[in-house]
Amino acid sequence: MTEKLLTCVECPRGCQITVTLDDGKVVSVVGNFCPRGKVYAENECVNPKRVVTSTMNSDIGVLVPVRTDKPVLKANIFDVMKKINATTCKTPIKLGDVIIANIDGDANLIASKTVK
Amino acid sequence: MKNYDLVVVGGGPAGMAAAVAAFDAGVKNILIIERDTKLGGVLNQCVHNGFGLTRFKENLAGPEYAEKFSDEVEKRDIDVMLSTMVLEVGADKTVTAMNSEYGVFTLKPMAIILAMGCRERSKGALNIAGARSAGIYSAGTAQRYVNIEGYLPGKNVVILGSGDIGLIMARRMTLEGAKVHAVCEIMPFSSGLKRNIVQCLDDFGIPLYLNHTIVDIQGKERVTGVTIAEVNPVDKKPIKGTEIHFDCDTVLFSVGLIPENELTKNAGIPMSPRTKGAIVNQYRETDVEGIFACGNVLHVHDLVDFASEEAEIAGRSAYEYISGKLNKEKTVNLINGANIGYVLPQKITVPSGDVKVFFRVTNVFKNVTFKVKDGDEVVISKKKLTVAPGEMETIVLKSDLLSANKSGNITIELEAQND
Repeated sequence: MTEKLLTCVECPRGCQITVTLDDGKVVSVVGNFCPRGKVYAENECVNPKRVVTSTMNSDIGVLVPVRTDKPVLKANIFDVMKKINATTCKTPIKLGDVIIANIDGDANLIASKTVK
Repeated sequence: MKNYDLVVVGGGPAGMAAAVAAFDAGVKNILIIERDTKLGGVLNQCVHNGFGLTRFKENLAGPEYAEKFSDEVEKRDIDVMLSTMVLEVGADKTVTAMNSEYGVFTLKPMAIILAMGCRERSKGALNIAGARSAGIYSAGTAQRYVNIEGYLPGKNVVILGSGDIGLIMARRMTLEGAKVHAVCEIMPFSSGLKRNIVQCLDDFGIPLYLNHTIVDIQGKERVTGVTIAEVNPVDKKPIKGTEIHFDCDTVLFSVGLIPENELTKNAGIPMSPRTKGAIVNQYRETDVEGIFACGNVLHVHDLVDFASEEAEIAGRSAYEYISGKLNKEKTVNLINGANIGYVLPQKITVPSGDVKVFFRVTNVFKNVTFKVKDGDEVVISKKKLTVAPGEMETIVLKSDLLSANKSGNITIELEAQND
């Protein structure tokens, strides 16, 4: 049995979570204030994931803020960035529009702003 | 020009939330004055997520959070003047502003809400030794370059100060291809949120040097390097022999935010040296009746969600004031006791409802007890495992506790147990 100490990144509360692992498998999660913390801690021990936020060029020269609608594998963050920086999006764009579908697994890249 | 009942100075998250709340409470002639070309304030450049978790139970990017509020402003009959600079606010409730359409003009509303936000402390405020070469930015300026203008201000970066904007920019510049060599923090703890240490520094292997500061910046035209050194934790003086040098082309400063209160001070509104904002009662009304303040101009918030919540208090209170319903019989002063940096509001007028009080501690403590005292008598006692100055604390003072107050003062203090 091993213990792992984590800081949850789901919200600014930043819960200090203790995960107990047995042969790489999560046995218990203690210290999370909400259910999101449990999911975060389990993922963090097996397959860490993060939401990627950035900006993308548009056809009118204005930067459009974008983000993934789900966390993507931490190991793939720079691949996601490459795809974002290789793309120019077409305006008009509404907040929440999918700009690149399935940018990583089932995560889509969406606009975090309306640009007319 | 139209006569307004309420003028809101600033169209960031606080200004928008205050205007919407005032409108919904019943104020019908509202004007928001904003100096930028669009509403939203600093949220427009905060493309990272983490906004709205408290308020919307969603993890939003800054522009998304702003758009939710600007949509609400648009839906209502609230006037907005963009690209308009307020020059002066008078204690007689006048607002003098200027834009290219009307020139200089003066409004005389029944109430004013100040929501000008804050700005970054600059390098000049720090007395850092070394060259004054190009490549030195505040973290927020770099954020604007990267996220709005589309420029990467440098490729090899050292960041002074571990405030949240600095941490966010460490990640942002790394994602865009820059190498962030170090974040150094003069204090023994980070002033940023723990989650940002994890997801902005640890995730990318960026080292955080606590108890360190910049002792030299090199470079004649452009920054070529930075020397940092460990400081004595007591007097904060650099310790000889601990210097570390980094070759870099960019230095970012993330050393705190200061409420932007020139208008407030010029109006003669009494200020708190602790919050660097106006002194207010629970309605967020300043000592000048009918002038309210909210958001980061009042005190720097950790989360925009809390700034919005505060702005709504100011908005609703402006309505109560305009309609003559603000009832003030007695004032109870709130005092920051041992180990408490500030308390807000600084005053509570009674009768009141339950009042949520915000306060910051002065240092990192473990196993603490917060005590609320009426004179010498402890009326509330609350335990907490860990506290830090970067994280705002709250306590609710019940209506009956306030009306039963005998001493005229309520003191909030922190008792820390020794390990």
